[in-house]
Order: sequence, then structure tokens, then C-alpha cells
Amino acid sequence: MSKIIKNLKQFSTSNDRFEGAHLLCPGCAHSIIVRELLNCTDDNLVIANATGCLEVCTAVYPHTSWDASWIHIGFENAATAASGAEAMYKTLKRKGRLKDPDKPVKFVAFGGDGATYDIGFQFLSGAVERGHDFTYICLDNEVYANTGGQRSSSTPRGSSTTTTPAGRVSYGNKKFKKDMVAIMAAHGAPYVAQVAPNKWKDMVKKYQKALATEGPVYINAMSACTTEWKFPSQDTIDVSDLGTDSLVFPLYEIENGHKLTITYRPRNIVPVRDYLGVQGRFKHLFKKENQHIIDEMQKAVDLKWELLQRREEAGI
Amino acid sequence: MEYKGWDQVEVGAVVPSFADTSCDIVDLKQEDRNYAQTNSYTASVADWRVFKPVFSKDSCIDCQNCWVFCPDTAIVARDKNMLGIDYDHCKGCGICAEVCPTNPKSLIMFSENVDNDTVLSQWPEKKKKEK
Ligand SMILES: Cc1ncc(C[n+]2csc(CCOP(=O)(O)OP(=O)(O)O)c2C)c(N)n1
Ligand code: SF4
Ligand code: SF4
Ligand code: SF4
Ligand SMILES: [Mg+2]
Repeated sequence: MSKIIKNLKQFSTSNDRFEGAHLLCPGCAHSIIVRELLNCTDDNLVIANATGCLEVCTAVYPHTSWDASWIHIGFENAATAASGAEAMYKTLKRKGRLKDPDKPVKFVAFGGDGATYDIGFQFLSGAVERGHDFTYICLDNEVYANTGGQRSSSTPRGSSTTTTPAGRVSYGNKKFKKDMVAIMAAHGAPYVAQVAPNKWKDMVKKYQKALATEGPVYINAMSACTTEWKFPSQDTIDVSDLGTDSLVFPLYEIENGHKLTITYRPRNIVPVRDYLGVQGRFKHLFKKENQHIIDEMQKAVDLKWELLQRREEAGI
Repeated sequence: MEYKGWDQVEVGAVVPSFADTSCDIVDLKQEDRNYAQTNSYTASVADWRVFKPVFSKDSCIDCQNCWVFCPDTAIVARDKNMLGIDYDHCKGCGICAEVCPTNPKSLIMFSENVDNDTVLSQWPEKKKKEK
């Protein structure tokens, strides 16, 4: 049952299902990403949440911020919990043991980049390979935020983190960010996409497509983290705009493992250095001896954009 | 309401969001729902704020940018109109004021201890575009 969302005014008539007085930092993008998912559908939701900022801050005893069935599960196995619930649901339905078998139920898993790119990776891979009917959403803030900012395999090169601090001898993280969207598409999942909270309409469209898709879906959501990216809390949307408009976070989708569509083309592409310049985690890159990292990043972003465009053009 | 201590809660315990589970809450506005005491909606984070957004209806065009980008579900929108700020749940992040497109802004951040009526009576005029 798809909810029709034509414009923002109409979207704002949604009855919120993600409540305030959670304990996420002021300006945290995690909650914007989650709120929109809960608001884009009227279906019942069964949600599994790996530990991380979202889980820890929305279920501080004795409170819950979730107006939906929600489970806190281990760091590694949000995908496993969602697939287990989905398998159980299917079985009960087949045996005629559901109270309201016609009411649609959607299964969703949330995990941070630490939970997704690193620690829950094999569990997610397994759930997608088994073909469960669920949507996995990675809140990608490119760091283990909840435990104080350690690097993950999503942390971009050049970022200063507590385990890869920039200083006299280092420009910060030396490894490149793992391309999780490509990896999940390579599983042959029917739908894989990247979203960003500043482009709410694109995000809602992809969420609705994800929920309507039968089979496993992976969504990578850019989540600007005011605390670890080090920018003032009111700038979350501005920083996200720079992320999508510099193409550091291009917005696109891949269907059935191959058909790639770019869903947002910035009218004015901004230089990567503008995106880096507003975040404390990249401050040291503007020193003379580190400028080559910025040039290198710009080249990598240009190359990726070229690749995405050619793949889209090829239409295969 | 009395809560169990951390060492008394059973493994696999359930925290209810609503006192009444017989209704479909997706059809109900927040003010019409029967929340359980364990729903964070019943709690407040007002004491987190150093700055607060103040809303001036006069220039507002009800675009709902503030509603969609508020991370704390603290903008009250009803029937496509922006009604105001839910000060129990607003943490004062300032996003709503930042994304408000009107001139002058319809949401402006002020120190938590100023009086709303005072700042509303001195609301800035429309700014001319700089050449
Ligand atoms: C198996 C296991 N290892 C480590 C932890 C500690 N831990 C809790 S949250 C967290 C960081 C989560 O990072 P991420 O998944 O990126 O989510 P974020 O907090 O950034 O949203 C860690 C390391 C844990 N709970 N379980
Ligand atoms: S540390 Fe970052 S991700 Fe965690 S609650 Fe704060 S802003 Fe959100
Ligand atoms: S200041 Fe932040 S929390 Fe408060 S209403 Fe505005 S966007 Fe929401
Ligand atoms: S963003 Fe500004 S103009 Fe738009 S609804 Fe909110 S207060 Fe009104
Ligand atoms: Mg993270």
C-alpha cells in the first residue's frame, strides 16, 4: 500500500512515528533519515537496530522513541534479526496464524557504518544472499561515533579520527573508503541506492521503492555527524548539500545488480575542497604539506562520477 | 510511575510505546494518542537548550522545510500549516532557522532566556538584496 507523497506540504500531514526527546546530539542527521522512513509509509514496521548512536539514544531506559515494533540487537546482527522476523512472519502467514493477514508489514534494519561496513558485514551479506524481503539502511557517518570516533572502513582517506589522528607525522586516515553500494549491488540485490537527508524527496522516493521491492534492499544514507565531522549543529543540511553537490556523495540507484540510474545531478558542481573546508575532521588537509590529499580526493571523485555516468549511459 | 532497576529487568523485556494498542496510531495525531509513560514523547529535553528558535507567523509561507529537517520532531505542522515549536522536544540545534527560506526569516535563534513576545515585537524587517 503505497502512500502518495507529492510535495512537502502534503508530506507534512504525516503522523510522526519517531518521537522527540531521544538523546541524539542536537542536529544529528540520523534522526532526519529515520523520521523520513517512518513517515513515508502507513504500513506496520518491524525494525531491527544494531547498536550505535541511533540504538543507544532512542532506547534509554525507561523510554523508547519508536512508535513501531523495534528490537535492539547485537552490533553485528541487525540483518540477521530482521531476516529471522521476516522468515517467521512468512511461516505464520502460510499456516494461517496471523491475526490480520492482509495488513502489510515491512521489515527494516538500521545499522551504522561500523555495524555495516565492518562488524555486521558477513551477516548482511548472508541475509541478502538468502533473499529475505527486507530493507537494510546504513546510517553512514563514516566513523564509530557512539564510542568516540574510531575509524571504520567507511572513513574517507585524510579524515582525522581518534584512531587515525592527524598531526605532525600523519594526515589522518590512510585507507580509502570501501564502496559498499557497489558491493551490495554485486550481491544481485533487486534494489540498492544511496540517499542523503538534504534531498528529502529523492530519499522518500527511494524509501518507498525499497519498501515496495520484494527481496533484499540496501540503502546507504549519508549521515552528517556534527560531533565527529566537527561542524556547528545548525549546519547539518548545509554540510549535506555540499556533500551531494561536490559529488562526494553522489545520489544514484542500482536495480538487479546492474541497471544504474543517477537520481540527482547538481546544477553547479562544487569543488571537493568546499565540502572538506566546513568540517573540522579535514582541517589539517589545508596545510601546505597535505594539500596533495585534497587534489587526490578531487581526482577520485571526478573519476567515480565519470564511471557512474558511463554506466548509466550504457543502460545495461 | 515506578521503574524497575537495571538489575531487575528481565532479559527480553518489552517497553510499550502506547498504553492502548487497539488503535492504529498511524491514523492519529500525537495529541490524540494514548502514550505509555515509557514513550519518550512524555519526556522533555528542554533543558538541553542554550538557544531557542522563535517563530514569527507573519512572513511564514508554510513551506514545511523546518518540519522535514527538524531532527527532534519538534516542529508542529497540522493541515499543511506550520503552527509552531514544541519546546518540550526542541534541543535548539538551529537547523530550522537555517533552512527557513523567507525574508525576513520566520524562525530565528535567540538566547533561551529572552522573552518571546519581546523579540517578536522587534522582528527584523525584510532585507534588501545586496547588489
Ligand atoms: C560486538 C561489539 N563490539 C563493540 C561494541 C561497542 N560499540 C557500541 S556502539 C559502537 C560504535 C558504532 O559505530 P557505528 O556502527 O558506525 O554507528 P554510529 O554510532 O556511528 O552511528 C561500538 C564500537 C558493541 N556494542 N558490540
Ligand atoms: S555523535 Fe554524531 S551520529 Fe552520534 S548522536 Fe551525535 S551527531 Fe549523531
Ligand atoms: S532548533 Fe532544532 S530541534 Fe528545535 S525546532 Fe529547530 S530544528 Fe527542531
Ligand atoms: S521553514 Fe520558515 S517559511 Fe517554511 S514553514 Fe518553516 S517557518 Fe514557515
Ligand atoms: Mg558510524
